Amino acid sequence: MSETREVRKVESLTKKDFINTYFRSTFLLGSFNFERMQAIGFCVTMMPAIKRFYHKKEDQAAALKRHLEFFNTTPWPASAIFGVTAAMEQKRAEGGDIDEAAITNVKIGLMGPLAGIGDPIYWGTARPILAALGASLAMSGSILGPLLFFFGINIIRMLTRWYGFKVGYNQGTDIVQDVAGNRLKKLTQMASVLGLFVMGSLVSKWTSIKMPLVLVSYKQAGHLINTSLQNILDSLLPGLVALLMTFACMWLLKRKVNAIWIIFGMFVVGILGYWCGLFGL
Amino acid sequence: MSAMSFILVILVSLVCGMASVMDERQFHRPIVACTLVGLVLGDLHTGIILGGSLELIALGWMNVGAAMAPDAALASTISSIIVIVGHQSIGEGIAIAVPLAAAGQVLTIFVRTIAVFFQHQADHFAANANFRGIEWCHIGALFLQGLRVAIPTGAVAAVAGTSIVNNWLDAIPPVITHGLQVSGGFIVVVGYAMVINMMKARSLMPFFFIGFTLATFVTGINLVGLGILGACAAVVYVQLNPDFHDSIKMPAAAVNTVSDDDDVLG
Repeated sequence: MSETREVRKVESLTKKDFINTYFRSTFLLGSFNFERMQAIGFCVTMMPAIKRFYHKKEDQAAALKRHLEFFNTTPWPASAIFGVTAAMEQKRAEGGDIDEAAITNVKIGLMGPLAGIGDPIYWGTARPILAALGASLAMSGSILGPLLFFFGINIIRMLTRWYGFKVGYNQGTDIVQDVAGNRLKKLTQMASVLGLFVMGSLVSKWTSIKMPLVLVSYKQAGHLINTSLQNILDSLLPGLVALLMTFACMWLLKRKVNAIWIIFGMFVVGILGYWCGLFGL
Repeated sequence: MSAMSFILVILVSLVCGMASVMDERQFHRPIVACTLVGLVLGDLHTGIILGGSLELIALGWMNVGAAMAPDAALASTISSIIVIVGHQSIGEGIAIAVPLAAAGQVLTIFVRTIAVFFQHQADHFAANANFRGIEWCHIGALFLQGLRVAIPTGAVAAVAGTSIVNNWLDAIPPVITHGLQVSGGFIVVVGYAMVINMMKARSLMPFFFIGFTLATFVTGINLVGLGILGACAAVVYVQLNPDFHDSIKMPAAAVNTVSDDDDVLG
């Protein structure tokens, strides 16, 4: 530590600050804008920590300004970044050898890797699986469907936020090693395997495509036998059409075609297909 | 629609609109939003069924990076009103929901652009260490996001169920409504494709095909069973993956000790 700086004793965050920060963090994206995205939300979340660590007005103003910089990552695990940032702010307030740039660099440096972990785990696995499970119950009219989804996903979210902040605050910059390390990579890979596995089964189970178009019809022992396109496809691989459609969508999405246009395109295919008898109800 | 349920619909859509930007408590997801609208309109059952059907379509709609999802909030609130108050079928509700999701996306882009103004206002407050001011900027932008869903929903709620709207909805030819129902059977693949693409895990695609094949050929297996199989596959994959075997990697790491000691923060 440099000798020129005086070392002050700064109070740590109290339990109340933890709760206050947690509550604020749940509004992170409230003022999402195209210039700095989650910036205001980040600043508002850091307020309890800023008030706890800095008491001079100019220090507070500098800290507020620092946290109004560009920020964007997967919302829920962002709490870990809040924790690390709070820990660094505390060290800085104590007179530690941490300059403004270091805090910003850690924030920006963690944003990308955390989104790389967070997106597959929360948006790619946890939410679609719970939503699919809930929807299957809901479509039979059961209130259990919405309840299962709502409480399931929110318990995951609350735990992520609360413990993310706690771990981030306690470990401080040490967490950077964790984010880069194997443990989280393992978790991400596991989520991806589970997510893809379930997506594969959903493509088969939760699509319904019927193609009653009759290709061949002949008389056998007085009965008219019709062989439809569906019969042929089913003997080949049931769900093949859905599989091909999924790949077509992936291809289009990779070419930056807006999902809404693809959905509209699907509607057109459905209407035209029904009109000419290719698809049936 | 009674005045009471009209007010409750506005409140629900305000909450859904705010949830849509925050992506936090998931009130904007169709399975929750449609259920709530159904509840306040006195037809919980229809709300749940519509919510479940729309949820499947919206399964992969997510905000990743700067990219925005189609807006599930506006789609859910308005289509629930049309189905419940306007006495339309679930299939038609789904057909209406998709253009609404596109419209909602345009509206949220609009509000997210306006929010840049709040961002600059917050800068001024920060210079004076005005905590309250920044908080109000945050809340102000959030409230606009709520209004963006509440106002269109309120407008539809005001006219839904009137004979003009019903006649107009009934005038849609059956080839369109049946065609939309047909597309409802496979439109979900767009969501699946979004999830698969987001994972960016080409090497893990065999697990996708295993899931597909099992679900296709094992009759009677449900989603819970498939989930358990998938979780087992995930654990076994990580256990067997040499990338995660520290013991095997040890000799290589010993050679690279110098670079390993580098401070990660630089």
